[in-house]
Amino acid sequence: MFTRLAARLTAMSVAGFARALTGVLPNWRGCLPEAKQRVYFANHTSHGDFVLIWTVLPHSLRQHTRPVAALDYWGGAGIRGFIGREVFNAVLVDRRAGSTGQDPVSVVVNALTEGASLIFFPEGTRNTTGEELLPFKSGLYRLAQARPEVEFVPVWIDNISRVMPKGEFFPVPLLCSVTFGAPVGNRDGEDKTAFLERARSALLALKPAEQDR
Amino acid sequence: MSMPREAIPLFLGLGAVLVVATLIGQILKWRSGAQVNPVVENLNERVFAWWVMVVLIGVAFLFGKAGVVLLFAFASFAALREFLTLTHTRRGDHWALMVAFFIGIPVQYYLVWIEWYGLYSIFIPVYGFLMLPIVSVIRGDTTRFLERIAFVQWGLMISVFCVSHIPALLTLDIPGFEGKKLLLVAFLVIVVQGSDVLQYVFGKLAGRHKVAPSLSPSKTWEGLVGGVASATALGAGLWWITPFSPLQAAAMALVTCLMGFLGGLVFSAIKRDRGVKDWGRMIEGHGGMLDRLDSVIFAAPVFFHLTRFWFVP
Repeated sequence: MFTRLAARLTAMSVAGFARALTGVLPNWRGCLPEAKQRVYFANHTSHGDFVLIWTVLPHSLRQHTRPVAALDYWGGAGIRGFIGREVFNAVLVDRRAGSTGQDPVSVVVNALTEGASLIFFPEGTRNTTGEELLPFKSGLYRLAQARPEVEFVPVWIDNISRVMPKGEFFPVPLLCSVTFGAPVGNRDGEDKTAFLERARSALLALKPAEQDR
Repeated sequence: MSMPREAIPLFLGLGAVLVVATLIGQILKWRSGAQVNPVVENLNERVFAWWVMVVLIGVAFLFGKAGVVLLFAFASFAALREFLTLTHTRRGDHWALMVAFFIGIPVQYYLVWIEWYGLYSIFIPVYGFLMLPIVSVIRGDTTRFLERIAFVQWGLMISVFCVSHIPALLTLDIPGFEGKKLLLVAFLVIVVQGSDVLQYVFGKLAGRHKVAPSLSPSKTWEGLVGGVASATALGAGLWWITPFSPLQAAAMALVTCLMGFLGGLVFSAIKRDRGVKDWGRMIEGHGGMLDRLDSVIFAAPVFFHLTRFWFVP
């Protein structure tokens, strides 16, 4: 009871803080915020990424949308574990799998089977290289194979890496945006490489036009 | 600092103008029927945003100096955030950005609050100017160093230093104008924003010849002349809320309107260069905070110093 209340309050303050800092607004470019089961797959440059997506979702969708997060970072004891488990109800996957036995993708598929929508980072890790987008791991393809009826929506998160660059403790206020594209449908007979390439281009296409950087 | 007597007819007048604007907007919407007219939609969004802004300024006035200083401190925060979002700072500027946001804004507005003219008028142009490159150079990243530093310095000057000259009007001691300083803020904001609105109206109704086609498609000679002339008349008509005579009020209004127009042009050029149409999406129908403030930013320091030079002994 107390934990639930604390989790609700924390969720509201995290979203409020994210708004105050980044003024984040959604662009629903390729789809609308509807109560459909979806996998929102996004670029990943910061620990704040899933918070931003979660913040711009309508309240009714937030409850059913769970981020897929690393067990070793968000699953421990203490504040990160509280935020990961209780506040965002994250689907925690063990990236060091193999040894422990359970296949990380099957954990995620189970969450889809239970009816949740997911926030998923197909690069598999935070991108701190300065490249715009890393190659996708096979996880997204395997999810699409296992649950073809779910909508796979590309989501580009812009500018958050400047708000809090790698290695900094304190964020600075800069505007961020979250752009939702059209769902990437399944195509019959498409192999893994082709699907991942198509999903990756759909995500990259949402990136705001680059100026003379 | 309590609300001066003249504020009541002033805000009633503003309310009446907004009621008329709302009625016109709704009639136009009703007449365009089922199909959505984007110009009318935008007009109605703008009018609604004006209601919000007038109410916010009214509430700030109720709290006197504290309210006005806080309101513009938040406006500076939003403006600086928009400005720096469109620049290309790098990781090495992170500390400089933190200094700009978390030292620059609070200190500048604190100095305005304690009315220390000698320091708030040089804090950013001197100390900010020198400290920002020092903070960045410590990080050792030399790539496009001058450009990056200039971005942050510009952001602070425009979004914080210039904007803070609006509440700084409350620090001017004008003989015979005691207890009425809030009205000087109202005069500046009404004249400059009124000029923007009137330029928009004249431009939409009669605009033919573009003033600066390479900078802004929406600024026309008809809008400029009609808007500035009518806003100057508006300023003259508001002489009773100022320490100025009607003629002085007209002259002040003319100078601030022209500065506001030129400021708008400068900001159009920056937006063109950055490849965007608006600075942000904070204010429905207008764009970002800087889209609304651009003219006031250029007008405020000039209005402040002209008033200080001629009317403060």
